[in-house]
Amino acid sequence: MSASTAVLKSEARLFGRELGAVFWIGAFPTALMVILGLIPAFRETSPDLDGRRVIDLYVPVSVLLALIMAGVQAMPAVLTGYRERGILRRMSTTPARPATLLIAQIVLQGAAALSSALLVLVVGRLAFGVDLPGQPAGYAVALILATLGAIALGAVISAVSPTVKASTTISTIVFFPMMFAAGVYVPVQVMPDGLQRVIEFTPFGAASQALDQAMAGDWPDVSHLGVLALWTVLLVGAAARWFKWE
Amino acid sequence: MPIIEVNGLRKVYGGRAVVDGITFAVEEGEIFGVLGPNGAGKTTTVECVEGLRVPDAGEVRVAGLDPIRDHDRVTRFLGVQLQQSELQAKLTVREALEVYSAFYSRPADWRSLAERLGLTDRLDARFGKLSGGQRQRLSIALALIGNPKVVVLDELTTGLDPRARRESWKLIEEVRDSGVTVLLVTHFMEEAQRLCDRVAVINAGRIVALDSPAGLIDRSASAAVVSFIPSEPLGDDELAALPAVKSVERGDDDTLVISGTDETVSALMSMLAQRRITARRLRVTEGTLDDAFLDLTEQEN
Repeated sequence: MSASTAVLKSEARLFGRELGAVFWIGAFPTALMVILGLIPAFRETSPDLDGRRVIDLYVPVSVLLALIMAGVQAMPAVLTGYRERGILRRMSTTPARPATLLIAQIVLQGAAALSSALLVLVVGRLAFGVDLPGQPAGYAVALILATLGAIALGAVISAVSPTVKASTTISTIVFFPMMFAAGVYVPVQVMPDGLQRVIEFTPFGAASQALDQAMAGDWPDVSHLGVLALWTVLLVGAAARWFKWE
Repeated sequence: MPIIEVNGLRKVYGGRAVVDGITFAVEEGEIFGVLGPNGAGKTTTVECVEGLRVPDAGEVRVAGLDPIRDHDRVTRFLGVQLQQSELQAKLTVREALEVYSAFYSRPADWRSLAERLGLTDRLDARFGKLSGGQRQRLSIALALIGNPKVVVLDELTTGLDPRARRESWKLIEEVRDSGVTVLLVTHFMEEAQRLCDRVAVINAGRIVALDSPAGLIDRSASAAVVSFIPSEPLGDDELAALPAVKSVERGDDDTLVISGTDETVSALMSMLAQRRITARRLRVTEGTLDDAFLDLTEQEN
């Protein structure tokens, strides 16, 4: 077994042992959507929502919530802990580079976020008859870009956090505005026009609009995908620049 | 050719030279000790050997390779035990051994390593649940798991109980007997005296002595300590006049404790014989590395 496979396997096992993270990333987004879907009024079409239902709007919100949970809430503390406890340093004295460990975490958190997003879509379809994306390829592109953005944001948080305690604090501070931008409190599509234009410049605001368009069957606007890609590039650059191995 | 060469090594932190011109060479197959008080620069020195720190000046070579530039190649035959490093709290001992085995092309059999380090009944325990001594033993196992040619052990037995300490010493001797070179950082004199072929004593970033443990003791001012109860009182003046005498102490019930060198002891013996004084409860003990170490590091301070 190669070093990277061994590390990935062992990190996957460790990930499974963090029941809190498994719940918040894997189950919570779907649970939130189901709870909202159980409210009868949210399953009725509303003229205020262009003939859509509240539950229709909360499917993409829950999808983005899964990404935020993995990238912003779970991953930074893990990576910062690996540095703080000297695990990365110890790895760098072996033929396996410490980057192997970071990559394994990124792959796992990304995979967990995407699986949770798929679970939201499937349960939304089966339980509440929410349409599947009308433009699947466009939806996939937007979803993958948004996942990369969330992971990159998490990487920046752990890059600037000297301790796990600091990373938890920063994660919490970043978490709420990101939730807002993703539309958890008010779906982006029903925000006032002016606010929507501003929110579209945030990574999750752009992601929300892109997912919404792909859901409706159109290719997401280049501007939304562009904003998302630009954020991802900037965040990856910042993380690479600021990340310290010890 | 020496397997580890450190030449004029210098490392500065915040304007202060933590390592200030250290030079030594470790021969293949020896156990080389780095001894010194806390903050002397021991760990920084070996971290330069491990390729974890970039020297500000000087040169480090391990088997002729630069631990920074040829880091990948060096890691394949250099096993490392770091002073403070943990593993993932929920990783079990078995998983840690398996994952680290996968890092090397020809790993040692981790089961027998675990057995020699008394970890067999803790294989399913998570790292976070291990005692300090068990963590230490696991970290020794991980240092040896790649079948290294050279192993650097930083504070090998800190946190181990006396039995586990002796077991680890036996293991290190076996490892050396199988041809592995050992670079050992320690502040335990007993450990250095028992294990090391040669010891570099470091103080304030410099080497103040480099010799075998016995050589260091011989060179120190209190290489021999003699204690006895004389049948007649002896004056301070005549005792102070003995050659190479370092100190004279008078204990309870007229016991005299004189430290110095072999020369001091033989002069004392002839003096006692000449004056027909008998020495009751006569004990001559070799000075310890402890004394030698204190001598060496005090001279510096």
